[in-house]
Amino acid sequence: MTSVAPGAPPAVSVDYGPAPSARVGLAQLASRMVTLCWVELRKLRHDRTELYTRAIQPALWLIIFGETFNRIHAIRTPNGISYLAYLAPGILAQSALFVSIFYGIQIIWERDAGVLAKLMVTPTPRSALITGKAFAAGVRSIVQAAAVVVLSAILGVALTHNPLKLLATAVVVVLGSAFFSCLSMSIAGLALSRDRLMGIGQAITMPLFFSSNALYPTALMPGWLQAISKVNPLSYEVDALRGLLVGVPTNLALDVAVLVGAAVAGVIVSSALLPRLAK
Amino acid sequence: MLVTLLKPMDGRISVFGADAASRPMRVRRMIGYVPQLLSADGSLTGRENVELFARLFDVPHSRRRALVEEALAAMGLTEPAGRLVKTYSGGMVRRLELAQALVNAPRLLVLDEPTVGLDPIARSDVWDHITRLRERAGMTVLMTTHHMEEADLYCDRVSLMHSGRVQATDSPANLKALLGPDASLDEVFRHFTGGTLDEDTAKGGIRDVRRARRTARRLG
Repeated sequence: MTSVAPGAPPAVSVDYGPAPSARVGLAQLASRMVTLCWVELRKLRHDRTELYTRAIQPALWLIIFGETFNRIHAIRTPNGISYLAYLAPGILAQSALFVSIFYGIQIIWERDAGVLAKLMVTPTPRSALITGKAFAAGVRSIVQAAAVVVLSAILGVALTHNPLKLLATAVVVVLGSAFFSCLSMSIAGLALSRDRLMGIGQAITMPLFFSSNALYPTALMPGWLQAISKVNPLSYEVDALRGLLVGVPTNLALDVAVLVGAAVAGVIVSSALLPRLAK
Repeated sequence: MLVTLLKPMDGRISVFGADAASRPMRVRRMIGYVPQLLSADGSLTGRENVELFARLFDVPHSRRRALVEEALAAMGLTEPAGRLVKTYSGGMVRRLELAQALVNAPRLLVLDEPTVGLDPIARSDVWDHITRLRERAGMTVLMTTHHMEEADLYCDRVSLMHSGRVQATDSPANLKALLGPDASLDEVFRHFTGGTLDEDTAKGGIRDVRRARRTARRLG
C-alpha cells in the first residue's frame, strides 16, 4: 500500500468534487438517470431487432388468446367491457415485465466485459447507477408498451385518447419496470452468472404473470392465489393501467403508492448487492 | 483499491491528498481508469462511448461536445467515431478507452496492463498515444505490466512487485545499475523475485510495474 505520486502537493485538490449535500445528490441522481436513459435510447436506435421480436409475443396473446376468450365470454369483466379490452392493459404490463425481468443480464454482461467496473469508477454513487438503469429499463418498456397500444388499437380495442392519461400510463409502466428491473439486478447480484439469471428469470416470470390480475379478475381466483396476487406488484401495475386505458374503476392512488414503494425498495436492495458484481 | 472499487484491508491510499477509502467520489473525479479487459460498449458508437463518460463525469453541457471531439482526436479516432464499437479492432478499442478516460481531464491515469492482447503494431501505436498524451497534458500515468521492456522503455519510475509486496522502486536505469552495466530489467526482476516462477507468482499475477511521475501538473 503506497501513496501515489508522493511529490504532488495535496492542497491543489480542494476544488475537486462537490461537497456532498442533498441538493447536489438529487441533481446528480437526475443527471445520471438522464444519461443512462440516453444510452438506452441510443442503443435502441442502433438496433431495433429486439423491439420487433419482443412485439411478437404480446401480439400472439392478444390475437389468439384474447380473441378466443373474447368469443366464449368465459370471464366476466367489470363494466361489461369486452375481454379483449380487459386483457390489453394486462398484456401491456406483461410485455414491460418481460423487458425488465431480464434487464439484469445486461449488468452481468457489463460486469463480464469490464464495463461495470469502469462505470463504478466514475463519480456515480451505486444507488444513482441502479436508479439510472432502472429508469433506462423503463424507457425500453415504454417503447414496447407503445407497440402493444398500437396493436390493441388495430384490433379495435377502444383505449383512451386522453394525452394526460397516456402520460400517466407511461409513468406507471416506468415505475413497474423500475421495480422488476431492480428485482432482476438484485438476482444478478446474487446469482452472478448469466445462465443462472436466465433460469431464475424464466422460473419467476410466468408465476408473476399468472398470479396477477393480468388475465382474469382476482375475484375469480381461489383464496390462496388472491393472497399472492395482493403482494404481487404486477397486479397493482395492471390495475392502474386498466383504470387509465379502459376506464374501469380502480384505486389509482394505492396502485401508484405501491409501485413507488416497490421501486424504492428495489433500488435499495439492488444497490446493496451491486458490489458483489464488481468484485 | 486505488480506483476505489475495493477497500484496503490495511494501510491507506492517498491520491493527491484525498483518501481513497473515505473520499471515493473525490478520488474518482481525479482519475481516469482503463481496465485490463477491452471494455467499451460495442452497441454504441465510439463517440457515444466517450460522451457517456463525459456525462458521467459531469462535464458541463456547453463544453461536452468540444471535449469529446478533442479526446477522440487525441486518440486518432475522429474518423471512425460514428461507427459502432463492435466493428473496431482491439487497438482501436484500447485507444477509445483512453479517450473515455481522458474526457474528464484526469490528474492521474490508471492503466491496468494496457497492451495485453494487442498485436505488436497496435501495441506500439497505443504506446505512442500514451507517450504523446503524457507529454502534452502532463498527467501522472500509473500502470501495471508484465513486460519488463515496456516498463524499461516508457516508465520514469518502476516498482517491482512480488507476492503482493513492492520489492524495489526506482528509475529503470538505477534498478539496472544495481546488477551491473549490461543488466536488463528482466534480470533485475528475476533478482528481486527469487528467479523462479514459483506457484505463488503464477497465481497472483505479481509482476506489477508502477510509474508515478513526481511532477503531477494539473490539466488545464
